Amino acid sequence: MPEIIVDGRRLRCDEGETILDVCGRNKIKVPTLCYHEAVESWGGCRLCMVEISHPKWPGWKDWVTACLYPVRDGLVVGTGTPRVRRLRATVLDLLLARCPNSDVIRSLAAEYGIEETSYQPREDGDNCILCGLCVRVCAEVIGANAIGTAGRGTSKEISEPLKEPPADCIGCAACAYVCPTNVIMVLQSRTQRIIWDRSFDMVVCKQCGKSHITVAQRDWLVKRNDLPADYYDLCDECKRKVVANTQKNLASMKYPGEDDLFDIDYI
Amino acid sequence: MRLETVKDLEKRRKQAIKNKESVPNTILVCGGTGCLASGSAAVADEFSKQLKKHGIDTKVQLQVKRTGCHGFCERGPIVTFVPSGILYQKVKPAHVEEIVEKTVKNGEIVKKLVYRDPSTKQYVEQYSEIPFYKHQTRIALRNTGQMDPTSIDDYLARGGFKGLAKALDMKPEAVLDEIEKSGLRGRGGGGFPTARKWRSAINAPGEKKYVICNGDGGAPGALMDRSIMEGDPFDVLEGMIIGAWAIGSDEGYIYVRQEYPLAVVHLRKAIETLREVGLLGRNILGSGLNFDITIARGGGAFVCGESSALMMSVAGKVGEPRAKYIHSTERGLYDLPTVLNNVETWVNVPVIIENGGERFAQCGTEKSKGTKVFALIGRVNNTGLVEVPMGVTLRDLIFNIGGGIQRNREFKAVQTGGPSGGCIPKELLDLPVDFDRLTEQGSMMGSGGMIVMDERTCMVDVARYFLNFLMEESCGKCVPCREGLRQLKGLYDRIVEGYGTMEDLKKIEWLAEDVRIASLCALGKSAPNPVLSTIRFFRDEYEEHINLKRCRAGVCKALTKLVIKDNCIACGKCIKVCATDAITGEKKKVHVLDQGKCIVCGSCVEICPVDAVQVEPASKAVEVPS
Repeated sequence: MPEIIVDGRRLRCDEGETILDVCGRNKIKVPTLCYHEAVESWGGCRLCMVEISHPKWPGWKDWVTACLYPVRDGLVVGTGTPRVRRLRATVLDLLLARCPNSDVIRSLAAEYGIEETSYQPREDGDNCILCGLCVRVCAEVIGANAIGTAGRGTSKEISEPLKEPPADCIGCAACAYVCPTNVIMVLQSRTQRIIWDRSFDMVVCKQCGKSHITVAQRDWLVKRNDLPADYYDLCDECKRKVVANTQKNLASMKYPGEDDLFDIDYI
Repeated sequence: MRLETVKDLEKRRKQAIKNKESVPNTILVCGGTGCLASGSAAVADEFSKQLKKHGIDTKVQLQVKRTGCHGFCERGPIVTFVPSGILYQKVKPAHVEEIVEKTVKNGEIVKKLVYRDPSTKQYVEQYSEIPFYKHQTRIALRNTGQMDPTSIDDYLARGGFKGLAKALDMKPEAVLDEIEKSGLRGRGGGGFPTARKWRSAINAPGEKKYVICNGDGGAPGALMDRSIMEGDPFDVLEGMIIGAWAIGSDEGYIYVRQEYPLAVVHLRKAIETLREVGLLGRNILGSGLNFDITIARGGGAFVCGESSALMMSVAGKVGEPRAKYIHSTERGLYDLPTVLNNVETWVNVPVIIENGGERFAQCGTEKSKGTKVFALIGRVNNTGLVEVPMGVTLRDLIFNIGGGIQRNREFKAVQTGGPSGGCIPKELLDLPVDFDRLTEQGSMMGSGGMIVMDERTCMVDVARYFLNFLMEESCGKCVPCREGLRQLKGLYDRIVEGYGTMEDLKKIEWLAEDVRIASLCALGKSAPNPVLSTIRFFRDEYEEHINLKRCRAGVCKALTKLVIKDNCIACGKCIKVCATDAITGEKKKVHVLDQGKCIVCGSCVEICPVDAVQVEPASKAVEVPS
């Protein structure tokens, strides 16, 4: 089993893990923006950069993204060396110039001593840092592929296909949920949700009357996972209650006598 | 006819050589992209017409062949004669009749079409005697310009597929040893040892392995890969088949950008031919190797020349790179072991196998073996493709082969390695060109672009130009490259507009260093090269721009004004080229330039025969906007 040394601590790890996995498990703080455990690591925001070296190659040093770098035995990792702090500060400085109004970026930057960006701020800037989490979660987790990126480089943006309300969107709002800077707007009422310029009818729980999933998402999930049509009639909470009640009733029941063992009604 | 065995191949080769020898004379008309653009197709057509008119039988006496690029694009269209070795330059269809009457019929020389050395003023008739060719060693370019790129028989007659036949007779491990002995390193820019790359793909687990040829060649001005694909497609394919044999692959891709239509056509034809004769497909030459190649066309994004982005693009995804902490030899195309080499690397493979790795290793320097093709462009007399042994000095390249600087101006710097290479100043002209020496100086080999700059080039502007290119070509995936290059460009804009401060210069250096380290792929990591190398070698120019608000080359418009001096001969040329009618004047009177109308485009400076139009610093208001 490989062992790595992070900030002087010798840590056990499994083959195939990344540095970030190991740090996370051992409560070593490495900041991230484009990382989410639900999707594949991407290495776009460069915030999780750490310094690595290896006793086998004296003098060799590199700076890599912890979210992607696979551990290998003997690796020495520094998560807070001066160069690492400088690189993160530059990344945050650049992001603050891109999104001067984002509280998330502002408070992260403040941790690295940056109150105001030293670069030219983008005047019409929204809070999107182009981490691509929304696109990736839509593709990898949901499988809807409703949104994507358009353009490249400085003109790159997160976009619906052809900038029209995305036809494949099921309104699940997973994109908004994972967005680190809360850019994706979701308007929600009891019966309707508006996201990506589309409005979706909600499924209302038959028991409590609260809305919990869009009709389009229900249809998508029922079809994809081959579920019974009434699977989403109750919201998660009410479903849990039902299950709990059943369990309670079962527990309070008398232990079946020998005669009853073959009575199918018990099971 | 299908070639089942090596014997069949040799039989066909014999026949091809016989056919070739039965026609004693050949006229080779360059059909490379450069010459096509200057009208070589019409020249070739005219040759066929004129030969017919003069009753010369093209089947027995003389053949006209359209070849790949000769490299000397500056002087195109190029026409050469085999076997006499005469080279005519800048041939127009109107010259053809004279050529046929004089040279073809009577063996006389048409003097006005012969190359004249600009330094010695001597006429040089022979192809091999022209300084541009004389100092070259052609291995990768051995066939381009010498044969019809669509004819397999031409290729066979020139010794094609000898390497493949030999390789298939060897064990894959022995092929690998031969490559290792040759010391071949990747010609795409990184200079990674080819044998090591192949070996790690062999050792990587995976039920299927891929071979890819990177023919993206996206660097502006660097046209060697394109030229080889257009002029010698069989060679590229032969190299790939040998590679497939060595690593045990059964599927290959050639990634060519769509903007290279001729390369796509020639490669497609070559692949079809090879499938017909059985050199691609099942059981190649009876060896048991099954291998086929598909062309993948790219949309022309610079970043898709980066191997991981290229593989994404081949797989039909957005061409964005991924981190290469796990090498593509282990997890490449479709997450399977993949060997990717560029065009120039692949064409070196057949030669190495045919002649042995040791012979190849005799050429070059200790750690960089063989030759390298450079695209020599910019303010140099002879522009074009040149192939020289590694270790040749920059001075040799620029002054012997390139024929020195245009209009005898002062050499200032040479930018090597494409847009993300660095600029090397004149103090380092004796630097031997190889992978490691260039990297030491903050530049790189890259794909072999070589842009020569003279005193009329502003180094701040050069850095800004390349920065702009890279900013536009950045894929936008990672923050340092996408946001960092944009901010760097903004800081440069301030300097060239005269608002720059020393604080800005410090910021540029700081940010460039961080972009270099923190970027995800080679594009971002090398993008600061032009910035850092120009600051390193030409810091005084930056300081002049900032402190004196002066651009000594007269390029940065905001800091420059043009004036007409008294040595004006009143020829009126500048009046004609001026786009804004800023110059007025009449015969025998010194012309006058209206500063209010002048947009400092520099056309008058370029055209003035007596250098009377001079560049002077403009007084610029030294105020810094907040």
